[in-house]
Amino acid sequence: MNTPLLSYADLLFGFLLVLLNSALSFMLNVGVGRSLLVAALRATAQLLLVGLILKFVFGSSSPWLVLAVILVMTLLAAHEVRSRQKKRFTGVWGVGVGAAATAVSMVLVLSYTVVLIVHSEPWWAPQLIIPLVGIVLGSVMNGVGISLNVFNTGLERERNAIEAQLALGADRRQALKFLQRNALRSGLIPIVNQMSAAGVITLPGMMTGQILAGMEPYEAAKYQILVLFLLAAAAGIGALAATTLAVRRATDDRDRLRLDRLS
Amino acid sequence: MLELKGLRRLHIGPIGLTVEAGECVSLSGRSGSGKSIILRAVADLDPHDGEVYLDGQTCSSMPAPQWRRMVTYVAAESGWWEQTVRQHFPVDTDFQLLLPQLGLEPSIADMDVQRLSTGERQRLALLRALGLNSKVLLLDEPTSALDHHSVLLVEALLRQRMDQGVAILLVTHDSEQALRLATRHMRLHQGMLEPIDAEALAGPEAGMEEEGQ
Repeated sequence: MNTPLLSYADLLFGFLLVLLNSALSFMLNVGVGRSLLVAALRATAQLLLVGLILKFVFGSSSPWLVLAVILVMTLLAAHEVRSRQKKRFTGVWGVGVGAAATAVSMVLVLSYTVVLIVHSEPWWAPQLIIPLVGIVLGSVMNGVGISLNVFNTGLERERNAIEAQLALGADRRQALKFLQRNALRSGLIPIVNQMSAAGVITLPGMMTGQILAGMEPYEAAKYQILVLFLLAAAAGIGALAATTLAVRRATDDRDRLRLDRLS
Repeated sequence: MLELKGLRRLHIGPIGLTVEAGECVSLSGRSGSGKSIILRAVADLDPHDGEVYLDGQTCSSMPAPQWRRMVTYVAAESGWWEQTVRQHFPVDTDFQLLLPQLGLEPSIADMDVQRLSTGERQRLALLRALGLNSKVLLLDEPTSALDHHSVLLVEALLRQRMDQGVAILLVTHDSEQALRLATRHMRLHQGMLEPIDAEALAGPEAGMEEEGQ
């Protein structure tokens, strides 16, 4: 079967549902009617714009353009990670730790995928790599964002526990191990839940999309499985890189806890 | 022998001080005068200027963890990072022998740290640090949460260590404790260290300070 293309009228009918929703909110005084409308319009504008940009990128045959798009996406993800931190490192490290971890994880997972699993021609084929970057980035963002948050707030809360270990002669890695472990665990819980629930409680968005777009469900499932594996790896590598960098930045080469570097 | 030379941190210093092996020097001063800052700087737990020597060797010439195993700081309220007491001690620790030294029940070794009283935790933290057999102890209010009987047990244990040659720098608000343990007394006033004799330490001003804490 070929999926029928959507017309603007189709979208308008869809939008009617949002309007209805919003009207209900006004009537019942829920107070989200306005934000609902704004969010719906924002999503519309953002997605149409992205659609246009991707159409252009897909049409061109420049690897540089593809790389530029990936770079912008990564920077946006790094910004998102930063704004999710309640406590962050001062100066350039505030965004740097999250950004570096995001980039490292993404490059590793993506090269692994492109080289060993999906042999696309050329390797930078935008139809493949850009959606892949998007979905992997989402997972990295979660892994990095959550684990950094747990780590950085823990630094202050667990100050006595960390300094007690340092005073007893532990080096910085040993003294922060328990905190890093907690942070990694928290960073990985979402992907564990996502994998456990996949197909039973939720039908993952990507698989749904591919089925709607006409792909054989069994083949779509295989794709989804691969993507879940990639997401797990991405979240894990991202969280590990972020907390490892954070351990170094939260301490100095004399193995002191440096809370003055956190704000 | 522990030597502080030109030690500076924040509004404190420069501080010069020598503590001989087997000697205890007390350090008093108002709350917030920076007594803990000095102890922490000596243990190299905070960035500071100046140098500290242990038997002629400088702190900066060796890795900080190695220094801290010889020059060990025990905070007034030390931290815990595992669930039970036992996990904070070396695996071959004999709790039957260790804990009664400070009047603690050996059975608390398997209790959750969170469920212990402040005084129990304070004594455990001291025992934990003593296990390192450091040459210098930097003690920050080591008996602030203890009853009189436990205080005497702690002091007896510390005196035992001093007899073995351990040097102690003792921060305490308890001037009587300072008189019992230390042979020299220092007061931190406006960032500078000044020697103070035993009578002045036991005098009315010191007494007032104690009430104020």
